[in-house]
Amino acid sequence: MPKYLLLLHDDMDAIARISPDEMQRVIADYAAWSERLAAQGRIHGGEKLRDEGGRHLTAAQGKTVVRDGPFAEAKEVIGGYFVIEARDYDEAVALCDGHPHLALGGRIELREIEPLG
Amino acid sequence: MTTGVPPLVDRLFREESGRLTALLTRLLGPAQLALVEDVVQEAFIAALGHWPRQGVPDAPAAWLLQVARRKALDALRREQAFAARLPAIAAEFDEAERLESAGTAADAADASPFDDDRLRMILLCCHPAVSADSRVALTLKVVSGFGTGEIARAFLADERAVAQRLVRAKRSLREADARFEMPEGGALAARLDAVLEVLYLMFNEGHLAHAGEALLRRELADEARRLVERLARHAATATPAVHALAALLAFHAARFDARLDDAGRALRLAEQDRARWDASLIARGFAHLERAAAGDRLTPYHVEAELASLHAAAPSWEATDWGRIVAAYDRLLALAPSPVAALNRVVAVREASGAEAAWRALAPLLREPALDRYPMRHAVQAALLADRGRPDEARAAWRRARDLTASGALQAQVDQRLEELAPLAPPPDVDSGTARPS
Repeated sequence: MPKYLLLLHDDMDAIARISPDEMQRVIADYAAWSERLAAQGRIHGGEKLRDEGGRHLTAAQGKTVVRDGPFAEAKEVIGGYFVIEARDYDEAVALCDGHPHLALGGRIELREIEPLG
Repeated sequence: MTTGVPPLVDRLFREESGRLTALLTRLLGPAQLALVEDVVQEAFIAALGHWPRQGVPDAPAAWLLQVARRKALDALRREQAFAARLPAIAAEFDEAERLESAGTAADAADASPFDDDRLRMILLCCHPAVSADSRVALTLKVVSGFGTGEIARAFLADERAVAQRLVRAKRSLREADARFEMPEGGALAARLDAVLEVLYLMFNEGHLAHAGEALLRRELADEARRLVERLARHAATATPAVHALAALLAFHAARFDARLDDAGRALRLAEQDRARWDASLIARGFAHLERAAAGDRLTPYHVEAELASLHAAAPSWEATDWGRIVAAYDRLLALAPSPVAALNRVVAVREASGAEAAWRALAPLLREPALDRYPMRHAVQAALLADRGRPDEARAAWRRARDLTASGALQAQVDQRLEELAPLAPPPDVDSGTARPS
């Protein structure tokens, strides 16, 4: 089955304001989602990314230019990712339906991974 | 990935928010409350990032504490002022983690350092520097772990306004150089008075029929009761007045489940099915009442608790000891005169001594401007007019009561004792409306 990358874009403002009780409910829902997909063998990794800007690399005149990531100004930051398995986009979307990350005001970018060969 | 998510205990994050906030405030000082809140929020955000992937830890509280420690020390390293204190603060965290893994429950009855911290936090929120109208919100935020949005929704207030109020309250604490240490002697007594007022207000807000979401309001009332129970368990703060308020809140909470009929309509005391009153809460109320009797200072909480206990002890509205209720209202009015209490007394007089006596008691209240737009005054008047065979005037008074209720005037002056008024049945051709104060 094809694999899909879930890029989780965080709404930093919403996350800063969420109450402890709401947080608990989101985590419970989130953990349940992970459990469910893991039990189906559909999760192939996922990490949380460190809360900071990271580094941005470009090239200029043959040299690598490094800049600190724009964490402070960004309203939206990629907080983490998952790789899941699904039959097709429709099924991948269905698996993400009602994902608690969305309840937090974030958005999920879903991209199919192109298999090699 | 672990299989089987251990359920997160109800209110766990609220509890942990309060616990961590109190601990960090002790370590960093009340002037750093804003920083403390940021650290606690970041610990939760870390949980949000990790637990879905790694599974919920077996000891969630310990996990949160460890993360809070790291983030607090990181934040402090960036501040010159704290450089010298870092080792001491790290040692305090070690101690906290040791206690945590030793299994000291956050709700243990006996004093533990976590308990002490929480208690001091409650007292801190009622510091004289914090404006009176910010204390309830501040307590809910930093002691009870409610979010700004939840507080706003419970009070039907604007979230931004609540947020600003909290910012100002924290700034006041910083500017007053408020200390975390427990006040002593007269200062402690004064602070406790302020705390009791805040908890009474918080409970009442949770009790009101109109304000905010029903579930949140119930949580507010439960939290107020939880906090007064915490005060009553701690030797330094278990004064008779605290027990009196604890008794009062227990008696009122005992009736919560009986307050609504199946259609969601609020039932007055006389209509409630007393079998649905919570017997264990009533027993708790009487236990607190007994301890409240020690000491020589009679507070309005004492008398209100006595009133509530008289209702709790009665098998029915008809079998209530109305004579003692009238006497209790006399005592209450002597301690804390209020037109609403006087009106409640009129209803008790009607039950104890009949319509004529009640009418005489009502007469001065008809000239009381504070009650002019108070629906219950007109409702009581209507009932007594009907008793005295003056149906047209009774109907007019009923309409006035209904119109005032509909116009929202009720919302300005609701008192939780309102539910103690009898259901005053309107004459058949007047629609009394469905809005109820309880």
